[in-house]
Amino acid sequence: MANKVKEPLIHITRRDAIPWYKSWGYRAGAVLLSMAVCALITVLTTGENPLSVFGTIFDASFSTQRRTWVVFQNLAMLLCVSLAVVPAFRMRFWNLGGEGQILAGALATTACMICLRDALPNGVMIPVSLLCSIAAGALWGFLPAFFKAKWGTNETLFTLMMNYIAIQLVSFFIIVWEMPKGAGQIGIINQSTEIGWLPAVAGQKYLLNIIIVSVLTVLMFIYMNYSKQGYEIAVVGESVRTARYVGIKVERVIIRTMVLSGALCGLAGFLLVSGTDHTLTTSLAGGRGFTAVMVAWLAKFNPIWMILTSFLLVFLDKGASDISTNFGLNRSFSDILTGVILFFIIGSEFFINYRISFRHSAKKEEEKHV
Amino acid sequence: MNTSAAVEMRNISKRFGTKVQANDNVSLDIQRGEILALLGENGSGKTTLMNMLAGIYFPDSGTILVNGEPVVISSPRKAMELGIGMIHQHFKLVDVLSAAENIVLGLEGKLDLKEATRKIREICDAYGFDVDPNQKIYNMSVSQKQTVEIVKVLYRGADILILDEPTAVLTPQETDKLFAVLRNMRDDGKTIVIITHKLNEVEALSDKVAVLRAGRYIGTLITKKTNAAEMTNMMVGRAVSLDIDRPEPEKPELRMEIRDATVRDEEGLLKLDHVSFDIYGGEILGIAGISGAGQKELLESIYGLQRMEEGSILFHDPDTGETAELKGKKPLQIQQMGISLSFVPEDRLGMGLVGSMDIADNIMLRSYRNGSYGFLNRKDPKKMARWIVTELGVSTPGIDTPVRRLSGGNVQKILVGREIVQTPRVLMMAYPVRGLDINASYTIYQLMNLQKEKGVAVVFVGEDLDVLMELCDRILVLCGGKVSGIVDGRKADKQEIGMMMTRVGGEQDGQ
Repeated sequence: MANKVKEPLIHITRRDAIPWYKSWGYRAGAVLLSMAVCALITVLTTGENPLSVFGTIFDASFSTQRRTWVVFQNLAMLLCVSLAVVPAFRMRFWNLGGEGQILAGALATTACMICLRDALPNGVMIPVSLLCSIAAGALWGFLPAFFKAKWGTNETLFTLMMNYIAIQLVSFFIIVWEMPKGAGQIGIINQSTEIGWLPAVAGQKYLLNIIIVSVLTVLMFIYMNYSKQGYEIAVVGESVRTARYVGIKVERVIIRTMVLSGALCGLAGFLLVSGTDHTLTTSLAGGRGFTAVMVAWLAKFNPIWMILTSFLLVFLDKGASDISTNFGLNRSFSDILTGVILFFIIGSEFFINYRISFRHSAKKEEEKHV
Repeated sequence: MNTSAAVEMRNISKRFGTKVQANDNVSLDIQRGEILALLGENGSGKTTLMNMLAGIYFPDSGTILVNGEPVVISSPRKAMELGIGMIHQHFKLVDVLSAAENIVLGLEGKLDLKEATRKIREICDAYGFDVDPNQKIYNMSVSQKQTVEIVKVLYRGADILILDEPTAVLTPQETDKLFAVLRNMRDDGKTIVIITHKLNEVEALSDKVAVLRAGRYIGTLITKKTNAAEMTNMMVGRAVSLDIDRPEPEKPELRMEIRDATVRDEEGLLKLDHVSFDIYGGEILGIAGISGAGQKELLESIYGLQRMEEGSILFHDPDTGETAELKGKKPLQIQQMGISLSFVPEDRLGMGLVGSMDIADNIMLRSYRNGSYGFLNRKDPKKMARWIVTELGVSTPGIDTPVRRLSGGNVQKILVGREIVQTPRVLMMAYPVRGLDINASYTIYQLMNLQKEKGVAVVFVGEDLDVLMELCDRILVLCGGKVSGIVDGRKADKQEIGMMMTRVGGEQDGQ
């Protein structure tokens, strides 16, 4: 009558903490394994030599100095947005509105550059548009936080919706400011005067952005780990009840943190418009608001590790688009490769957190029952 | 007609892990067409026993007979087939579905909501339930949800119903309504078991009462032929000597006056009803009561976490001689007034500590505001953490271990240690030894005594009457949010406290 108690074939148990070098070993192994699978897929579907494919991936980022600069610029921008979402994520506030917050900042910068170009000298224009973009991003972060703090609205939906509002606003203003009339785009702003453009440092157009983001990374690391506010964020994220018990004003921390998060996204918008693109398009953010989520998670919200993870994602993205052009493949092929690599990297987290053991006594058990 | 009992449980034992013997050789008969009250203190094994009847747990040993036939109840579905249904303390309903949808959820066969609605109406009319089958669960009050649970069980054809503390979430009026319905059901031939620790409910509702104590079956009585004193005796048993130190209080001085404290929960239920008492420095005040009698609300409202509707909390500062009103103050405000209240909450990792943070960072929770220029000062918390680890004998790999990885006793030592190093004026502890082994428990008792000798006012909410009676100078007994009485810990009688826990005022018929 009693059911035969069957031991499952595999047991999954939570691991204790493993040393950092081991966990990074797993991750490195996952990257290597993913490379092998990518090579296999490439050979099977295209017949190309995998080594030359990998060579192309590497060359995409490092074959020329210009390409390397572009990679670092992209790395800096992605890292900037990732740094912005980290405080919110540490608080378990799922800010998926990075995209919209970047656009809000970018829109504010563009507005300053276009509307105030005759009124302000360059030395004043840059700080003014910087402040405006930070304020705009902060506002985009404040709204969902305020509603969450007051009425417990769902921040994921709220921030996601705010993205679309920002995109629509940008589309609207692109038509208002289109250049020339009927072009449907703004074009390069202040091309002849370069008013509101960030200066090139040491002759390098991207260097200033990179320096700013490097400083931000260090500051964010310190903020999260050594400041009272960073500590409050961690407590609120872990347990709201504990936070209330020690007298932390939870609503205030939520709003403050999201204002910071939005402000940094706004700053990223400023850097994109003022520092590199000098124009405004609806695709300016380029999905960074979402990619940043992955960067932050992969690095376990540690700003220093995030340099590595955002580099990896940028490197893969560049390589993937190059192999599609070099080997005459469709862009979707590169997406497949990126997908494979991310699958392995994210999958490795499972093996870092859990131990899998197979049933040892499988045979013995069966003998008993027969 | 079958003349055997509806359910016979024979020599049932159930053990959890190696330490907890939830049920020990329990034999119990449940007769058809009667209301049986299953009475016992917290942790006496009532719910576990009934869960085995409902197919939630499976007994380690023993047999169960339903209508005279031996049965194996391996799952709730199997229990349902045998006509046994249980209404749990925590409802298992899907909020966004309607009552009817919840009731048919999981049933096999074709889904015909119209037919189901008709049948539900029939059941409601037969017993006097008040349910709208089309109402969504999220629009319902707690009592309506409970009704849906009962109808759900009846719809599935149960004739043996088990209710686990059904009145804990109800107002007195709702309780009366429920009891009326239950009586209707009994008169219709259903068998009803109600798990409870409230004597007045046993007397008001049941035909028979079975008593469990510490996992053992003590006996069954005919409700009409017994009285509260006899039931209490069976429930609490004789006092056991534990050899806990109890130094004489030295010059106790008035530290806090609580007057008419009244608190309601989010649902608007009265949790504390004009509670008044005094707390003295240099003594341990015990708080006894059945779980949910208002202990949590009492401590949390003194500490500033719960809003008090009425009443006042006066704090007398022994240094300045000044008196301050704490009502309406938040924890941080109280701290900023220079008043050091320490509070060890019941939910250690959910409220007192942050599980993923290390020991030092958890110690810092109380003092992180002391750092300068917006930065944290980890030096002092680390020093404190090391002191706590050595002084209290916390076994841990180091102070940088996340507290989640520590055992329950060590977690509690960290929490109590942190609250003690604040040099509090009042130290409040909710169930500080729950889940701890004997040695860890005695360490905590000793710490309480040390604090008492230092002149701290210690408030200790406990569930073990023997411990309360050996450790505390005075014991405040709560019953249903009211003060049932305050007794001298040295002279108190266990039965007397037991009576006070189950009805206000003890032996006199209270209200």
